[in-house]
Amino acid sequence: MTQAKDLSDQSRRKFIGGSVGVAGAMLIGPGIFLHQVQAKPDNQAVTNKVRWGMLVDTNKCATGCDDCVGACAKENGWANETGPNEVNVQWIRKVDLKDKKTGREASLPVMCQHCEEPPCVDVCPTGASFKREDGIVLVDKHTCIGCRYCMMACPYKARSFVHSPVENHDDYMPRGMGVVESCTFCVHLVDKDKSPACVTSCKEKALLFGDLNNKNSEIAIRVANENSRQIRQDLKTDPGVRYQGI
Amino acid sequence: MIQHFKSLSLTSRIGVIVGLFLILFLISPILADVPKPHIPEAKGEQCVEETDYMRRNHMDLLMHRRDETMHKGVRTRKHSLQNCLTCHAVKDKQQQVVTIKDKRHFCRSCHSYAAVKIDCFDCHSSTPIAKNKNSGI
Amino acid sequence: MKKLVYAEIEGKSKGFLKLAVGLLAMIGIGLSAAYYMEHNGHIVTGMNNQIVWGLPHVFAIFLIVAASGALNVASISSVFGKTAYKPLAPLSGLVSIALLLGGLSILLLDLGRPDRLIVAMTHYNFSSIFTWNILLYNGFFAIVIVYLWTLMEGQYNKYSRHAGMLAFIWRLILTTGTGSIFGFLVARETYDAAIMAPMFIVMSFSFGLAMFILILYASYHWTGRPLGISTMKRLKNLLGVFVAGVMFLVTIFHITNLYAAEHDSVEHFMLSGSGYAFIFWVFQIGLGSILPLVYFYHSRFKDQVKYMLRGAGLVILGGFSQLYVIIIGGQAYPLELFPGYEVSSTFYDGEVAEYFPSLPEMLLGIGGIAISLFVVLFAIKLLKFLPISLADEDVDPHYKAKSTD
Repeated sequence: MTQAKDLSDQSRRKFIGGSVGVAGAMLIGPGIFLHQVQAKPDNQAVTNKVRWGMLVDTNKCATGCDDCVGACAKENGWANETGPNEVNVQWIRKVDLKDKKTGREASLPVMCQHCEEPPCVDVCPTGASFKREDGIVLVDKHTCIGCRYCMMACPYKARSFVHSPVENHDDYMPRGMGVVESCTFCVHLVDKDKSPACVTSCKEKALLFGDLNNKNSEIAIRVANENSRQIRQDLKTDPGVRYQGI
Repeated sequence: MIQHFKSLSLTSRIGVIVGLFLILFLISPILADVPKPHIPEAKGEQCVEETDYMRRNHMDLLMHRRDETMHKGVRTRKHSLQNCLTCHAVKDKQQQVVTIKDKRHFCRSCHSYAAVKIDCFDCHSSTPIAKNKNSGI
Repeated sequence: MKKLVYAEIEGKSKGFLKLAVGLLAMIGIGLSAAYYMEHNGHIVTGMNNQIVWGLPHVFAIFLIVAASGALNVASISSVFGKTAYKPLAPLSGLVSIALLLGGLSILLLDLGRPDRLIVAMTHYNFSSIFTWNILLYNGFFAIVIVYLWTLMEGQYNKYSRHAGMLAFIWRLILTTGTGSIFGFLVARETYDAAIMAPMFIVMSFSFGLAMFILILYASYHWTGRPLGISTMKRLKNLLGVFVAGVMFLVTIFHITNLYAAEHDSVEHFMLSGSGYAFIFWVFQIGLGSILPLVYFYHSRFKDQVKYMLRGAGLVILGGFSQLYVIIIGGQAYPLELFPGYEVSSTFYDGEVAEYFPSLPEMLLGIGGIAISLFVVLFAIKLLKFLPISLADEDVDPHYKAKSTD
C-alpha cells in the first residue's frame, strides 16, 4: 500500500515540478529576450560592447500625457522644483508638434539624446561632461564648475542648470546647486539591469529601451526592420534615441 | 608706544604690523574654542579598513571610488559612500538618523573640528537609504 | 625727438584718493553681488535654462576682447616699428593686463561653483575651446609681463621687438579662440559661423583702442601732464579704421546669412523682428559705429579732443550692445529641433526666450570694470608706466616747431 502511495507521490511531485519548471521558463523567457545582456556584476567596469539606446514610437504617444516626465522627476529627485518655470530643471519634456503645411499633430518626449559624438562633451572645459563606454552621456558633478557652456552647445537643449539650493537629497541621484545635469538614462537603474523610469511608466508602451549593439534585443530588431529617425540628424551627433512617426 | 611706532620708517611699520598678525595667527589655536569631536560608536567590529588608515586616507578612497563609479559604473558596496553612512549613522533622542545639518553627524563633527570644508553633502544624501524609497531600485 | 622720461604719478591728491576709494567700493559691491549669487543660486539673476549666459558674460567678454586689443598700441610700435606709438607702449601693456584681469574675474565669479577653480585649473579637456582659452589667457599674462619688462628695464630693451612679436601673435590666437567659443557652436543658428573669429579680432582692435584712449586721456588730464593733440589724433584715426572694419565684417556676416534661405527667419529675428534688432540698429550701428565715424572724420569735429573722447565712449557703448546682441540675442532665438513643424513644450521649445538683466549681474559686471581700472590706477602710481610728457614737441616725429620769426 505504501509502495503504491510512494509511487503516486513521486509522480505527483514530478508533475508539479515539471509544471513549475514550464511556467517558470515561460515567465523568464521574455525576460531573457529583453535583457540579453547578463546583469553586470557590481565590480566590473562597463564596456563598449553595449550601446544603450531608446526608441520612441510617437504614434503611441498621447498629447496631454506626461507620465514619463512625472516618473523621471520622482525617480531622480527633481519633482519639487519650486521656482518660476524658466529656472526649473527639466530632464525630459513633452514636445507637441504640428506640421505647418499639413496640420498633422504629434507629441513626443525629448530628453538627453546620449549622442555618439556629443557636442557637450567636446566643449566641457574640465571634462565633467563625458560619455561612458556604454554610450550613456553623464555629468560628473564632482568636476562640474557650472560654466554652462555645455548648455550652449547642446543641440537638443537637454541640459538644465540647478538655480537654487536642493533640499531633500535623493538617495540614488545626488544633485545640488550650481552644477549642470540632464537625463542619465537612469544609469543607477540600468547598472542594476532595470529600465529607465520613463520607459517603465509609459502606459502606452511608447518607449523602448535596450542595447543597440545586441542584434537579438527587441530594440535592435525593431530599429533594423522599422523606419525611425534621429532628431537633427544633419548635425551627425548620432543620438542613441530614435523616433518613429515623425 | 604709538609715538615710537610713528617714528619708524615705512618698511619697519609694515614689518611690525605683519609681525603682529603673524603672532596672532600662530597663537590662534590656543584662543579658539572648538569642542573636540564626539566620535560616536559605529556599527560592526571595525571599519572597512584599519582605523589609522581610514583617518589618513578616507578622502583618497572616496575620491578614487567616486571616479570608478561615475566613469566606469563600478558599484561595489565595500567602499561606497552609502556603506560609510550606514555604519556611521548617528541617531538622535527620537532614534532618527541625523543629517549633515546636525552637529552630531559623524562626518561633520570631525570636519568642523579640523576646519576642513567638505561639499559632498551639497549633493549627496547624508543618511543611509531609507526603507520607503521612491526609486524603482 | 627728445629722450623720453617715464615717471610714476604722484598719487597723493584728493582726486586720486577719491578715485581709489570709489573704485574699491565698486569692487566691494561687485564681490558682494557675486557672493549673493553664489550663496542663493542663480535664481536671483535673470539667467535661466534658456538664456544661460547673461549680462556678466557681456561685460566679461567685452573686457577680455578689449584686453587683447589694448595691446595693439604697443604692438604697433614694437612689431611694426612706428616710433610715434613707442611712448604709449608700457601703458598699453598695462591696460591689456588690467582689462583681462577684470574680465576673467567676472567670468570666474559667475560660475555655478566658483569654489571649484582649482578643479578647473587641474582638469583640462583639450578638445574644448574653453580649455584652450584658459591656457591662452594665462599665457597672455606671462607674455605681456615679460614684454613690459623688456620695455621698461633698460638692459632688456633690445629684446622688446621679440617679446612684442610673441605677444602680438599670441593675442591674435587668443582672440581667435575667444571668437571660436561662439563660432564652434554648431547647435545654434545664430553662432555657427567661421567669420566669428576674425570678427572678434577686429572687434578687439576697436574696443581695446577705445578703452585705451579714454584711460590715456584720464591719466594725463587728471595728473596735469601734457598730452599733445597729435597723439590723440593718431589714435582716433586708427580707431576710426577699426570701427569701419568691424562694420564691414558685420555686414558680410549678415549678407552671407541673408543669402541662404535656411537662415531667413533668424536673420529676420536679428535684423527686424525683435528688441535685439532695435539694439543692433540704434546702439550698435547708429550710436556705436556711424556717429563715432562722423566724430572722427567729419571736418567739424575731427580736430576737437572732446569729440574724440565722445566717439571713444560711443564705440564702447556700441561694443557692449554688439556683445549683448550676440550673446543674449543669440541665445534667445529658439533652437530648431523639428524644421517644418510648429512646436510647443514646457521647456519653451519654439519660443523666443525672455531675459531681464538683474541687479546682481549688473553690479558684478561693473565690479569687474572697477577691478581693471583700479589695477591701472595702482600700477601707474607704483611703476614708471607713463612718460612725464606726451606733448607734441616731445613725442611727435613730424613735429615742426612754430616759427618764431
